[in-house]
Amino acid sequence: MEPENKKKTKAPLTIEQKIKRRNFISFGAFFALSGGAFAGWKWLLDAPNETPGITAGTRKPLRKALNKTELFFRNLFSNKHLAKTYPKERAVKNVRVNGLIGISDDKNFDASTWKLEVEIGLAKPMHIGIEEIMALPRTEIIFDFKCVEGWDQIQHWAGVKMKDFIAHYGLNELAEKGYMGLETPNGRYYVGLEKDSVLHPQTILAYEMNGQPLSINHGAPLRLIIPVKYGIKNLKRIGKMYFSSARPRDYWAKRGYDYYSGL
Amino acid sequence: MKEIKEKHSLLMRWTHWVNFPVLAIMIWSGLFIYWANDAYGISIFGFSLIKFFPQWFYQYFHIPHRLAEGMAFHFFFMWFFAINGLLYIIYTLYSGAWRELVPKRNSFREAWQVLLYDLHIGKTTPPQNKYNAAQRIAYTAIILMGAGSLITGLAIYKPVQFFWLCWLCGGYHLARIFHFALTIGYVLFFMVHIIQVILAGWNNFRSVISGFEVVESEASISKKETEKLPENGTGEQKED
Repeated sequence: MEPENKKKTKAPLTIEQKIKRRNFISFGAFFALSGGAFAGWKWLLDAPNETPGITAGTRKPLRKALNKTELFFRNLFSNKHLAKTYPKERAVKNVRVNGLIGISDDKNFDASTWKLEVEIGLAKPMHIGIEEIMALPRTEIIFDFKCVEGWDQIQHWAGVKMKDFIAHYGLNELAEKGYMGLETPNGRYYVGLEKDSVLHPQTILAYEMNGQPLSINHGAPLRLIIPVKYGIKNLKRIGKMYFSSARPRDYWAKRGYDYYSGL
Repeated sequence: MKEIKEKHSLLMRWTHWVNFPVLAIMIWSGLFIYWANDAYGISIFGFSLIKFFPQWFYQYFHIPHRLAEGMAFHFFFMWFFAINGLLYIIYTLYSGAWRELVPKRNSFREAWQVLLYDLHIGKTTPPQNKYNAAQRIAYTAIILMGAGSLITGLAIYKPVQFFWLCWLCGGYHLARIFHFALTIGYVLFFMVHIIQVILAGWNNFRSVISGFEVVESEASISKKETEKLPENGTGEQKED
Protein backbone atom coordinates (compact mmCIF):
# COMPACT_ATOMS: atom_id res chain seq x y z
CA MET A 1 0.00 0.00 0.00
CA GLU A 2 2.85 2.37 0.77
CA PRO A 3 4.17 4.51 -2.07
CA GLU A 4 7.58 3.45 -3.33
CA ASN A 5 9.40 6.76 -2.96
CA LYS A 6 8.58 6.91 0.71
CA LYS A 7 10.59 3.83 1.36
CA LYS A 8 13.60 5.34 -0.29
CA THR A 9 13.72 8.43 1.83
CA LYS A 10 12.23 7.24 5.08
CA ALA A 11 12.13 4.09 7.08
CA PRO A 12 8.96 2.02 6.48
CA LEU A 13 6.04 3.13 8.60
CA THR A 14 5.55 1.40 11.88
CA ILE A 15 2.23 -0.17 12.67
CA GLU A 16 1.37 2.74 14.92
CA GLN A 17 2.05 5.19 12.12
CA LYS A 18 -0.01 3.17 9.67
CA ILE A 19 -2.93 3.14 12.06
CA LYS A 20 -2.66 6.86 12.64
CA ARG A 21 -2.44 7.56 8.96
CA ARG A 22 -5.44 5.48 7.97
CA ASN A 23 -7.44 6.90 10.83
CA PHE A 24 -6.60 10.41 9.74
CA ILE A 25 -7.65 9.77 6.15
CA SER A 26 -10.86 7.91 6.89
CA PHE A 27 -12.04 10.15 9.72
CA GLY A 28 -11.15 13.20 7.67
CA ALA A 29 -13.20 11.88 4.77
CA PHE A 30 -16.00 10.91 7.15
CA PHE A 31 -16.27 14.36 8.69
CA ALA A 32 -15.91 16.11 5.34
CA LEU A 33 -18.72 14.02 3.86
CA SER A 34 -20.87 14.46 6.97
CA GLY A 35 -20.36 18.19 6.70
CA GLY A 36 -21.29 18.03 3.03
CA ALA A 37 -24.41 16.02 3.79
CA PHE A 38 -25.42 18.44 6.52
CA ALA A 39 -24.85 21.41 4.22
CA GLY A 40 -26.99 19.69 1.59
CA TRP A 41 -29.75 19.12 4.10
CA LYS A 42 -29.59 22.72 5.28
CA TRP A 43 -29.72 23.88 1.67
CA LEU A 44 -32.83 21.82 1.07
CA LEU A 45 -34.50 22.99 4.27
CA ASP A 46 -33.83 26.63 3.43
CA ALA A 47 -34.49 26.26 -0.29
CA PRO A 48 -36.87 28.95 -1.54
CA ASN A 49 -40.39 27.98 -2.49
CA GLU A 50 -41.25 27.53 -6.12
CA THR A 51 -42.59 30.51 -8.03
CA PRO A 52 -46.35 30.25 -7.55
CA GLY A 53 -48.10 29.25 -10.75
CA ILE A 54 -50.07 26.14 -11.52
CA THR A 55 -48.29 24.57 -8.56
CA ALA A 56 -47.06 26.34 -5.46
CA GLY A 57 -46.32 25.97 -1.80
CA THR A 58 -43.36 23.64 -1.74
CA ARG A 59 -39.61 24.00 -1.94
CA LYS A 60 -38.30 24.32 -5.47
CA PRO A 61 -36.07 21.23 -5.49
CA LEU A 62 -38.80 19.11 -3.92
CA ARG A 63 -41.31 20.20 -6.57
CA LYS A 64 -38.80 19.27 -9.22
CA ALA A 65 -38.44 15.86 -7.64
CA LEU A 66 -42.22 15.40 -7.48
CA ASN A 67 -42.55 16.30 -11.16
CA LYS A 68 -39.74 13.99 -12.19
CA THR A 69 -41.20 11.18 -10.12
CA GLU A 70 -44.55 11.77 -11.80
CA LEU A 71 -42.97 11.39 -15.24
CA PHE A 72 -41.15 8.27 -14.13
CA PHE A 73 -44.31 6.56 -12.95
CA ARG A 74 -46.43 7.80 -15.85
CA ASN A 75 -43.95 6.30 -18.29
CA LEU A 76 -43.51 3.12 -16.32
CA PHE A 77 -47.14 2.13 -15.95
CA SER A 78 -49.72 1.33 -18.50
CA ASN A 79 -53.08 3.01 -18.26
CA LYS A 80 -54.83 -0.33 -18.35
CA HIS A 81 -54.53 -1.30 -14.69
CA LEU A 82 -57.89 -1.34 -13.01
CA ALA A 83 -58.53 -0.48 -9.41
CA LYS A 84 -59.75 -3.48 -7.45
CA THR A 85 -63.54 -3.68 -7.23
CA TYR A 86 -65.68 -5.22 -4.52
CA PRO A 87 -69.13 -6.80 -4.18
CA LYS A 88 -71.93 -4.38 -3.35
CA GLU A 89 -72.32 -5.66 0.23
CA ARG A 90 -68.87 -4.43 1.09
CA ALA A 91 -69.70 -0.80 0.38
CA VAL A 92 -70.17 1.41 3.46
CA LYS A 93 -73.53 2.97 4.28
CA ASN A 94 -72.09 6.16 5.73
CA VAL A 95 -69.83 7.55 3.08
CA ARG A 96 -67.34 9.90 4.63
CA VAL A 97 -67.50 13.58 3.74
CA ASN A 98 -64.05 15.02 4.15
CA GLY A 99 -64.20 18.44 2.59
CA LEU A 100 -66.75 20.96 1.39
CA ILE A 101 -64.49 23.40 -0.38
CA GLY A 102 -66.28 24.89 -3.36
CA ILE A 103 -69.61 23.56 -2.12
CA SER A 104 -70.34 25.02 1.31
CA ASP A 105 -69.20 28.46 0.19
CA ASP A 106 -71.47 28.50 -2.86
CA LYS A 107 -74.56 30.28 -1.56
CA ASN A 108 -75.89 31.04 -5.04
CA PHE A 109 -75.94 27.47 -6.20
CA ASP A 110 -79.27 26.44 -7.67
CA ALA A 111 -79.55 22.73 -8.38
CA SER A 112 -82.62 23.19 -10.58
CA THR A 113 -80.79 25.35 -13.10
CA TRP A 114 -77.49 23.49 -12.97
CA LYS A 115 -75.91 22.53 -16.25
CA LEU A 116 -72.47 21.18 -16.94
CA GLU A 117 -70.49 23.72 -18.91
CA VAL A 118 -68.00 22.23 -21.35
CA GLU A 119 -65.55 24.56 -23.05
CA ILE A 120 -64.94 23.50 -26.64
CA GLY A 121 -62.55 26.09 -27.91
CA LEU A 122 -63.66 28.85 -30.24
CA ALA A 123 -67.34 28.07 -30.21
CA LYS A 124 -69.65 28.86 -27.34
CA PRO A 125 -69.39 26.36 -24.49
CA MET A 126 -71.75 23.43 -24.35
CA HIS A 127 -74.33 23.27 -21.55
CA ILE A 128 -75.46 19.80 -20.65
CA GLY A 129 -78.29 19.02 -18.23
CA ILE A 130 -78.28 16.15 -15.77
CA GLU A 131 -81.11 14.30 -17.56
CA GLU A 132 -79.03 14.19 -20.70
CA ILE A 133 -76.10 12.76 -18.77
CA MET A 134 -78.31 10.21 -17.05
CA ALA A 135 -79.59 9.08 -20.45
CA LEU A 136 -76.08 7.92 -21.35
CA PRO A 137 -75.01 4.31 -20.58
CA ARG A 138 -74.93 3.88 -16.83
CA THR A 139 -72.06 2.17 -15.07
CA GLU A 140 -71.37 1.26 -11.43
CA ILE A 141 -68.23 0.94 -9.45
CA ILE A 142 -67.55 -0.28 -5.92
CA PHE A 143 -63.95 0.42 -5.06
CA ASP A 144 -61.69 1.43 -2.20
CA PHE A 145 -61.68 5.22 -2.11
CA LYS A 146 -58.33 6.45 -0.81
CA CYS A 147 -57.75 9.76 0.88
CA VAL A 148 -54.37 11.42 0.76
CA GLU A 149 -54.64 11.74 4.55
CA GLY A 150 -54.46 7.98 4.84
CA TRP A 151 -57.99 6.68 5.39
CA ASP A 152 -59.78 4.53 2.87
CA GLN A 153 -63.34 3.36 2.45
CA ILE A 154 -65.14 1.00 0.10
CA GLN A 155 -67.75 3.09 -1.69
CA HIS A 156 -70.42 2.49 -4.27
CA TRP A 157 -70.92 4.99 -7.08
CA ALA A 158 -72.77 5.09 -10.37
CA GLY A 159 -72.72 7.36 -13.38
CA VAL A 160 -71.40 7.54 -16.88
CA LYS A 161 -67.88 6.60 -17.88
CA MET A 162 -65.91 9.71 -18.72
CA LYS A 163 -64.73 7.92 -21.85
CA ASP A 164 -68.30 7.36 -23.02
CA PHE A 165 -69.24 10.92 -22.17
CA ILE A 166 -66.34 12.29 -24.20
CA ALA A 167 -67.14 10.03 -27.14
CA HIS A 168 -70.84 10.87 -27.04
CA TYR A 169 -70.26 14.62 -27.20
CA GLY A 170 -67.54 14.38 -29.82
CA LEU A 171 -64.79 15.62 -27.51
CA ASN A 172 -62.24 12.97 -28.46
CA GLU A 173 -60.01 15.35 -30.29
CA LEU A 174 -60.05 17.85 -27.43
CA ALA A 175 -59.30 15.08 -24.94
CA GLU A 176 -56.13 14.31 -26.86
CA LYS A 177 -54.76 17.69 -25.81
CA GLY A 178 -53.23 16.14 -22.72
CA TYR A 179 -55.09 17.54 -19.76
CA MET A 180 -58.61 18.13 -18.48
CA GLY A 181 -59.56 20.78 -15.97
CA LEU A 182 -62.64 20.58 -13.77
CA GLU A 183 -64.07 23.26 -11.48
CA THR A 184 -66.94 23.73 -9.09
CA PRO A 185 -69.61 26.22 -10.29
CA ASN A 186 -68.12 28.99 -8.13
CA GLY A 187 -64.57 28.13 -9.19
CA ARG A 188 -63.33 27.79 -5.59
CA TYR A 189 -62.23 24.17 -6.00
CA TYR A 190 -60.57 22.96 -9.15
CA VAL A 191 -58.53 19.99 -10.31
CA GLY A 192 -56.30 19.14 -13.23
CA LEU A 193 -56.02 15.62 -14.61
CA GLU A 194 -53.80 14.14 -17.26
CA LYS A 195 -55.34 12.43 -20.27
CA ASP A 196 -54.55 8.83 -19.32
CA SER A 197 -56.40 9.10 -16.03
CA VAL A 198 -59.34 10.91 -17.59
CA LEU A 199 -59.76 8.18 -20.20
CA HIS A 200 -59.21 5.39 -17.70
CA PRO A 201 -62.13 2.93 -17.98
CA GLN A 202 -63.04 3.37 -14.29
CA THR A 203 -63.20 7.14 -14.32
CA ILE A 204 -66.83 8.20 -14.12
CA LEU A 205 -69.03 11.24 -13.88
CA ALA A 206 -71.10 10.08 -10.95
CA TYR A 207 -74.70 11.08 -10.16
CA GLU A 208 -75.56 8.24 -7.77
CA MET A 209 -74.16 6.98 -4.49
CA ASN A 210 -75.39 3.72 -2.96
CA GLY A 211 -78.14 3.63 -5.60
CA GLN A 212 -79.50 7.07 -4.61
CA PRO A 213 -79.02 10.46 -6.23
CA LEU A 214 -75.98 12.26 -4.82
CA SER A 215 -76.52 14.25 -1.65
CA ILE A 216 -75.46 17.87 -1.59
CA ASN A 217 -72.43 17.10 0.60
CA HIS A 218 -71.28 14.42 -1.79
CA GLY A 219 -71.33 16.77 -4.72
CA ALA A 220 -74.84 16.76 -6.21
CA PRO A 221 -75.78 16.78 -8.97
CA LEU A 222 -72.59 15.52 -10.66
CA ARG A 223 -69.15 14.72 -9.34
CA LEU A 224 -65.99 13.04 -10.48
CA ILE A 225 -65.01 9.54 -9.35
CA ILE A 226 -61.52 8.67 -10.43
CA PRO A 227 -60.20 5.54 -8.66
CA VAL A 228 -56.66 5.95 -9.97
CA LYS A 229 -56.28 9.17 -7.97
CA TYR A 230 -56.39 10.19 -4.34
CA GLY A 231 -59.64 11.68 -3.09
CA ILE A 232 -58.38 15.23 -3.56
CA LYS A 233 -58.83 14.85 -7.33
CA ASN A 234 -62.39 13.49 -7.06
CA LEU A 235 -64.05 16.87 -7.58
CA LYS A 236 -67.53 17.37 -6.16
CA ARG A 237 -70.27 19.33 -7.94
CA ILE A 238 -68.67 19.82 -11.32
CA GLY A 239 -69.56 23.17 -12.87
CA LYS A 240 -67.09 23.49 -15.69
CA MET A 241 -65.02 21.14 -17.82
CA TYR A 242 -62.25 22.19 -20.18
CA PHE A 243 -59.31 20.75 -22.05
CA SER A 244 -55.79 22.05 -22.19
CA SER A 245 -52.38 21.10 -23.44
CA ALA A 246 -50.74 22.44 -20.28
CA ARG A 247 -51.52 21.54 -16.70
CA PRO A 248 -54.76 23.20 -15.60
CA ARG A 249 -54.80 24.89 -12.21
CA ASP A 250 -55.21 22.53 -9.27
CA TYR A 251 -56.35 23.43 -5.78
CA TRP A 252 -54.08 21.13 -3.78
CA ALA A 253 -51.09 21.33 -6.11
CA LYS A 254 -51.19 25.05 -5.30
CA ARG A 255 -50.89 24.15 -1.64
CA GLY A 256 -47.74 22.08 -1.85
CA TYR A 257 -49.18 18.72 -2.89
CA ASP A 258 -48.04 16.55 -5.74
CA TYR A 259 -49.88 17.50 -8.94
CA TYR A 260 -50.20 13.93 -10.15
CA SER A 261 -51.49 12.39 -6.90
CA GLY A 262 -51.95 9.14 -8.77
CA LEU A 263 -52.38 5.70 -7.31
CA MET B 1 2.35 -6.48 18.84
CA LYS B 2 -0.48 -4.61 17.28
CA GLU B 3 -1.83 -5.67 13.96
CA ILE B 4 -4.23 -4.15 11.44
CA LYS B 5 -7.10 -6.41 10.57
CA GLU B 6 -9.41 -5.44 7.74
CA LYS B 7 -13.07 -5.64 8.74
CA HIS B 8 -15.59 -3.62 6.73
CA SER B 9 -15.32 -2.88 3.03
CA LEU B 10 -15.64 0.67 1.75
CA LEU B 11 -19.02 0.04 0.17
CA MET B 12 -20.41 -1.46 3.34
CA ARG B 13 -19.27 1.56 5.34
CA TRP B 14 -20.54 3.99 2.73
CA THR B 15 -24.04 2.49 2.50
CA HIS B 16 -24.20 2.17 6.29
CA TRP B 17 -23.58 5.87 6.83
CA VAL B 18 -25.71 7.06 3.92
CA ASN B 19 -28.56 5.00 5.29
CA PHE B 20 -28.42 6.74 8.64
CA PRO B 21 -29.50 10.29 7.62
CA VAL B 22 -31.75 9.01 4.84
CA LEU B 23 -33.66 6.77 7.21
CA ALA B 24 -33.89 9.62 9.71
CA ILE B 25 -35.48 11.82 7.04
CA MET B 26 -37.82 9.04 5.98
CA ILE B 27 -39.04 8.57 9.55
CA TRP B 28 -39.38 12.31 10.11
CA SER B 29 -41.33 12.94 6.91
CA GLY B 30 -43.27 9.71 7.32
CA LEU B 31 -44.60 11.00 10.63
CA PHE B 32 -46.07 14.05 8.90
CA ILE B 33 -47.94 11.72 6.59
CA TYR B 34 -49.04 9.48 9.43
CA TRP B 35 -50.32 12.38 11.48
CA ALA B 36 -52.66 13.58 8.74
CA ASN B 37 -54.95 10.79 9.87
CA ASP B 38 -53.73 9.42 13.17
CA ALA B 39 -55.45 6.07 13.01
CA TYR B 40 -53.55 3.82 15.36
CA GLY B 41 -54.29 3.58 19.02
CA ILE B 42 -56.70 1.79 21.27
CA SER B 43 -60.32 2.74 21.14
CA ILE B 44 -63.42 1.14 22.54
CA PHE B 45 -66.84 1.84 21.03
CA GLY B 46 -65.42 4.77 19.14
CA PHE B 47 -63.82 6.46 22.13
CA SER B 48 -60.10 6.58 21.79
CA LEU B 49 -58.37 5.65 25.02
CA ILE B 50 -54.80 5.79 23.87
CA LYS B 51 -53.37 7.62 20.93
CA PHE B 52 -50.04 6.40 19.72
CA PHE B 53 -48.29 9.70 20.21
CA PRO B 54 -48.58 11.91 23.30
CA GLN B 55 -50.14 15.35 23.01
CA TRP B 56 -46.95 17.38 23.40
CA PHE B 57 -45.57 15.62 20.35
CA TYR B 58 -48.38 16.97 18.21
CA GLN B 59 -47.99 20.46 19.56
CA TYR B 60 -44.27 20.49 19.06
CA PHE B 61 -44.47 19.51 15.40
CA HIS B 62 -47.73 21.42 14.67
CA ILE B 63 -48.97 18.37 12.89
CA PRO B 64 -52.11 18.87 10.80
CA HIS B 65 -50.54 21.33 8.40
CA ARG B 66 -47.53 19.41 7.26
CA LEU B 67 -48.89 16.54 5.16
CA ALA B 68 -47.84 18.08 1.85
CA GLU B 69 -44.37 18.78 3.18
CA GLY B 70 -44.06 15.25 4.54
CA MET B 71 -45.10 13.71 1.22
CA ALA B 72 -42.72 15.90 -0.77
CA PHE B 73 -39.77 14.87 1.39
CA HIS B 74 -40.84 11.23 1.63
CA PHE B 75 -41.22 10.82 -2.14
CA PHE B 76 -37.87 12.46 -2.78
CA PHE B 77 -35.78 10.56 -0.27
CA MET B 78 -37.42 7.24 -1.03
CA TRP B 79 -35.17 7.12 -4.09
CA PHE B 80 -32.05 7.42 -1.96
CA PHE B 81 -33.32 4.87 0.52
CA ALA B 82 -34.10 2.39 -2.26
CA ILE B 83 -30.92 2.91 -4.29
CA ASN B 84 -28.69 2.78 -1.22
CA GLY B 85 -30.35 -0.39 0.01
CA LEU B 86 -30.21 -2.10 -3.36
CA LEU B 87 -26.57 -1.16 -3.75
CA TYR B 88 -25.79 -2.74 -0.39
CA ILE B 89 -27.71 -5.93 -1.10
CA ILE B 90 -26.22 -6.37 -4.57
CA TYR B 91 -22.74 -5.80 -3.18
CA THR B 92 -23.26 -8.21 -0.31
CA LEU B 93 -24.44 -10.93 -2.65
CA TYR B 94 -21.77 -10.24 -5.27
CA SER B 95 -18.83 -10.12 -2.84
CA GLY B 96 -19.96 -13.10 -0.84
CA ALA B 97 -20.12 -10.99 2.32
CA TRP B 98 -23.59 -12.41 2.92
CA ARG B 99 -21.93 -15.55 4.27
CA GLU B 100 -20.72 -13.62 7.28
CA LEU B 101 -24.12 -12.03 7.70
CA VAL B 102 -26.95 -14.51 7.39
CA PRO B 103 -27.80 -16.59 10.46
CA LYS B 104 -26.51 -20.13 10.54
CA ARG B 105 -28.29 -23.18 11.83
CA ASN B 106 -26.90 -22.75 15.33
CA SER B 107 -27.20 -18.96 15.38
CA PHE B 108 -30.53 -18.92 17.10
CA ARG B 109 -29.23 -21.06 19.95
CA GLU B 110 -26.02 -19.07 20.22
CA ALA B 111 -27.89 -15.78 20.18
CA TRP B 112 -29.21 -16.63 23.65
CA GLN B 113 -25.67 -16.99 24.93
CA VAL B 114 -24.83 -13.61 23.45
CA LEU B 115 -27.83 -12.05 25.09
CA LEU B 116 -27.05 -13.57 28.48
CA TYR B 117 -23.43 -12.58 28.13
CA ASP B 118 -24.31 -8.99 27.22
CA LEU B 119 -26.65 -8.79 30.19
CA HIS B 120 -23.83 -10.10 32.41
CA ILE B 121 -25.79 -13.21 33.30
CA GLY B 122 -23.98 -15.78 31.20
CA LYS B 123 -20.38 -16.65 31.82
CA THR B 124 -19.35 -18.38 28.61
CA THR B 125 -18.02 -16.09 25.92
CA PRO B 126 -20.00 -16.80 22.79
CA PRO B 127 -18.03 -17.31 19.58
CA GLN B 128 -17.51 -14.11 17.64
CA ASN B 129 -16.39 -13.96 14.06
CA LYS B 130 -17.06 -10.82 12.09
CA TYR B 131 -20.55 -10.88 13.52
CA ASN B 132 -21.74 -12.97 16.42
CA ALA B 133 -24.95 -14.97 16.34
CA ALA B 134 -27.12 -12.18 17.69
CA GLN B 135 -25.64 -9.70 15.25
CA ARG B 136 -26.24 -12.08 12.37
CA ILE B 137 -29.89 -12.32 13.28
CA ALA B 138 -30.33 -8.61 13.98
CA TYR B 139 -28.52 -7.36 10.89
CA THR B 140 -30.21 -9.81 8.57
CA ALA B 141 -33.55 -8.86 10.10
CA ILE B 142 -32.92 -5.17 9.58
CA ILE B 143 -32.08 -5.74 5.91
CA LEU B 144 -35.27 -7.73 5.46
CA MET B 145 -37.16 -4.96 7.26
CA GLY B 146 -35.68 -2.43 4.85
CA ALA B 147 -36.89 -4.51 1.93
CA GLY B 148 -40.25 -4.79 3.67
CA SER B 149 -40.51 -1.03 4.02
CA LEU B 150 -39.76 -0.58 0.36
CA ILE B 151 -42.33 -3.17 -0.69
CA THR B 152 -45.11 -2.03 1.65
CA GLY B 153 -44.26 1.57 0.80
CA LEU B 154 -44.70 0.94 -2.91
CA ALA B 155 -47.90 -0.95 -2.21
CA ILE B 156 -49.36 2.09 -0.43
CA TYR B 157 -47.89 4.56 -2.88
CA LYS B 158 -49.27 2.91 -6.04
CA PRO B 159 -51.98 0.45 -4.96
CA VAL B 160 -53.62 0.50 -8.39
CA GLN B 161 -50.50 0.19 -10.50
CA PHE B 162 -48.68 -2.15 -8.10
CA PHE B 163 -51.91 -4.06 -7.41
CA TRP B 164 -50.00 -7.34 -7.10
CA LEU B 165 -47.66 -5.86 -4.50
CA CYS B 166 -50.63 -4.53 -2.60
CA TRP B 167 -52.22 -7.97 -2.75
CA LEU B 168 -48.96 -9.53 -1.58
CA CYS B 169 -48.96 -7.24 1.45
CA GLY B 170 -52.46 -8.31 2.39
CA GLY B 171 -54.23 -5.28 0.97
CA TYR B 172 -53.94 -1.55 1.24
CA HIS B 173 -54.85 -1.27 4.87
CA LEU B 174 -52.60 -4.05 6.10
CA ALA B 175 -49.71 -2.71 4.01
CA ARG B 176 -50.06 0.59 5.85
CA ILE B 177 -49.96 -1.13 9.22
CA PHE B 178 -46.90 -3.15 8.20
CA HIS B 179 -45.21 -0.03 6.91
CA PHE B 180 -45.82 1.71 10.21
CA ALA B 181 -44.85 -1.29 12.35
CA LEU B 182 -41.56 -1.65 10.49
CA THR B 183 -40.76 1.95 11.32
CA ILE B 184 -41.33 1.27 14.99
CA GLY B 185 -39.00 -1.70 14.52
CA TYR B 186 -36.26 0.56 13.16
CA VAL B 187 -36.52 2.89 16.10
CA LEU B 188 -36.20 0.00 18.54
CA PHE B 189 -33.33 -1.49 16.56
CA PHE B 190 -31.59 1.85 16.52
CA MET B 191 -31.77 2.24 20.28
CA VAL B 192 -30.30 -1.21 20.92
CA HIS B 193 -27.75 -0.67 18.16
CA ILE B 194 -26.46 2.55 19.73
CA ILE B 195 -26.16 0.96 23.17
CA GLN B 196 -24.28 -2.00 21.70
CA VAL B 197 -21.92 0.28 19.79
CA ILE B 198 -21.12 2.17 22.98
CA LEU B 199 -20.56 -1.08 24.87
CA ALA B 200 -18.44 -2.57 22.10
CA GLY B 201 -16.06 0.32 22.36
CA TRP B 202 -13.80 2.43 20.23
CA ASN B 203 -12.09 -0.26 18.15
CA ASN B 204 -15.42 -1.53 16.94
CA PHE B 205 -16.78 1.93 16.19
CA ARG B 206 -13.69 2.94 14.31
CA SER B 207 -13.94 -0.09 12.06
CA VAL B 208 -17.22 1.21 10.62
CA ILE B 209 -15.45 4.41 9.61
CA SER B 210 -11.89 3.30 8.85
CA GLY B 211 -12.64 -0.25 7.85
CA PHE B 212 -10.09 -1.96 10.07
CA GLU B 213 -9.65 -3.18 13.61
CA VAL B 214 -6.49 -3.23 15.65
CA VAL B 215 -5.79 -6.60 17.17
CA GLU B 216 -3.05 -7.87 19.41
CA SER B 217 -1.02 -10.58 17.75
CA GLU B 218 -0.10 -13.88 19.43
CA ALA B 219 3.05 -12.75 21.20
CA SER B 220 1.50 -10.44 23.75
CA ILE B 221 -2.06 -11.64 23.79
CA SER B 222 -1.89 -13.85 26.87
CA LYS B 223 -0.43 -11.14 29.05
CA LYS B 224 -2.75 -8.38 27.87
CA GLU B 225 -5.89 -10.40 27.81
CA THR B 226 -5.74 -11.23 31.48
CA GLU B 227 -5.51 -7.57 32.33
CA LYS B 228 -8.08 -6.34 29.87
CA LEU B 229 -10.94 -8.78 29.81
CA PRO B 230 -12.75 -8.00 33.08
CA GLU B 231 -13.38 -4.35 32.27
CA ASN B 232 -14.30 -4.93 28.63
CA GLY B 233 -17.94 -5.90 28.36
CA THR B 234 -18.54 -7.25 24.89
CA GLY B 235 -15.03 -8.47 24.22
CA GLU B 236 -12.64 -6.67 22.00
CA GLN B 237 -10.41 -9.70 21.95
CA LYS B 238 -12.99 -11.64 20.10
CA GLU B 239 -10.63 -12.74 17.35
CA ASP B 240 -8.68 -15.87 17.98
